[in-house]
Amino acid sequence: MLLYVLRRALAVVPILFGVSVICFSLVHLGPGDAINAITPDNATPEVIAAIRKAYGFDRPLPIQYFDWLGLVLSGNLGTSILTGRSVAAEIVPAALHTSVLAVCAICVSLFAGLAMGMLAGFARQRWADRLVSSFAVLGVSVPHYWMGIVLVAVFSVKLGLLPAMGMGPATAISEFGLNDLKFIILPALTLSLIPTAIIARTTRATIAETRKNDFVQTLRSVGLGRRRIIWHVTKNAAPAILTVSGLQIAQLLGGSILVETVFAWPGTGYLLNTAITTRDLPLLQGTILVLATFFVLMNFIVDMLQPLCDPRIVRQ
Amino acid sequence: MTGIEAHVLSIETAEPVRIRKRRGYWWAVWRRLLQDRVAMSCACVLVIIIAAAALAPLIVPAQAMKNSIAHRLLPILSDGHILGTDELGRDMLGRLVYGGRVSLLMGILPVLVAMLVGGTLGIFAGFTGRFINMLIMRLVDVFFAFPSVLLAVGLAGALGSGAVNCLIALSVVLTPAIARVAEAATTQIRSQGFIEAAVATGASRFQIITGHVLSNVIGPIVTYSSSQVSLAIVLASGLSFLGLGVSPPTADWGLMLNTLRQSLYVAPMNAVLPGLIILITSVCFNLFSDGLRSALDVKP
Repeated sequence: MLLYVLRRALAVVPILFGVSVICFSLVHLGPGDAINAITPDNATPEVIAAIRKAYGFDRPLPIQYFDWLGLVLSGNLGTSILTGRSVAAEIVPAALHTSVLAVCAICVSLFAGLAMGMLAGFARQRWADRLVSSFAVLGVSVPHYWMGIVLVAVFSVKLGLLPAMGMGPATAISEFGLNDLKFIILPALTLSLIPTAIIARTTRATIAETRKNDFVQTLRSVGLGRRRIIWHVTKNAAPAILTVSGLQIAQLLGGSILVETVFAWPGTGYLLNTAITTRDLPLLQGTILVLATFFVLMNFIVDMLQPLCDPRIVRQ
Repeated sequence: MTGIEAHVLSIETAEPVRIRKRRGYWWAVWRRLLQDRVAMSCACVLVIIIAAAALAPLIVPAQAMKNSIAHRLLPILSDGHILGTDELGRDMLGRLVYGGRVSLLMGILPVLVAMLVGGTLGIFAGFTGRFINMLIMRLVDVFFAFPSVLLAVGLAGALGSGAVNCLIALSVVLTPAIARVAEAATTQIRSQGFIEAAVATGASRFQIITGHVLSNVIGPIVTYSSSQVSLAIVLASGLSFLGLGVSPPTADWGLMLNTLRQSLYVAPMNAVLPGLIILITSVCFNLFSDGLRSALDVKP
């Protein structure tokens, strides 16, 4: 087991390295420099050269990269060009807001996705299967930010039941009270749509596949009850379902950009959108780095959880 | 006439025996696809949407695309505007038809690029194996380490808004997955007997890849790529929605969603219409791709 953990952990390192290279390159991809935003329009070439030197942009890219990496590893993600505050100070509250939203969405999609998938996988009636399959196709095809707009049109504009945007009077997550929960309902539902559909689809398919196995026939012939058989099938289908659910949960954080923009939820997605519209490249770079690192770690955690469901994985 | 002569005559005048021509694998796939009612209905809808977009200048009168402040946000089924008008008084139906040109292109083109690049990379990696394989596939893994939406937004955001940058960003996002599919399929094929036989007869590497490998891995690659079109359309509209795609007044479904969002309280039906078209297109591509997958799943 220890060997398995070590091997997986070692595999994460080069990936994180690659991620950092891509994030670093982001700033150098676009037209002009990151300093364009701070140099005045009438700056002479000498002034521009001086600013480039001051920021270290005149040095070779690999050196710039390792300097940047050193700073990042010590927790310094640079300074936001727009606000002048450190990027880390901008990201931390935003990440907290996003995690609250994400946790709510994860709960919804795990519950709804697993329930629907199990129902369709075990149901004897075809219609249940059809219904869940149709929902899954719709769920993976729908532009979820549009679904957010539709939900706002129905619940906020037509019915006036729920607030359309924002996080309510709370400015920090610590002030977020039970009364503000109504602000989270629509964005969380919207965000949970795609993961719910994918989890439902995978669960249905995996269970249907597992039920075809010989051991189920054996269990039946031994005389096991339906409930016990369902338990055995679920246990065997669990690793595949776990992997897909874990991946979806991690993807959800990336997908929150559009949903947060629709609902003006002050999380990382909203921050990213601000960074893009103002071309605040250090902020863009920092936010993407943090989100991608989180995504990689999330996948690592899923890998670690898998042997709990299926001990055979460790031995492979 | 002797018996032998009669026999020869009967052979010469006999109708030629009809040998049923053996149809190929792709013929069987095509027949299967034709019998799939869901896939075929989706294909019909897609053909209509694509044809409308392609022929937009012919079917949409120029008048409909002009701004008209007096006719702003007319409701659906208004006189002369079946789907109402947008926030600048332009005909919604006309805008949606025109919007399809950009949106469909942004959905289909990146998939084609990714299919070409990812497919080539994957086949090359799978066929060469060893070090090259490891190098390419580890590189692919790094791109997999980003959630797709995040990578698309990050790349498009860094490159700056615009249709070309959007295309680049989407192609980069779609390539790794296709490369992985191509690599897996090629590795599987490579170890089979007929490849070894080809190597033994002295066929060149290029001949083996184009003659034997390609025909066997193209199925999985095409199926997988076709399932990505739906994702690409939704992603592309998402980028336009964030203002990273084409700039106004060019019509684009995602951009229309963005600009009409301000009118959500006044004309909610108009505001959600572009999204509905995205949804219909995306569902049709998804179901068609499902149909294609099961049609390709026949043994020749």
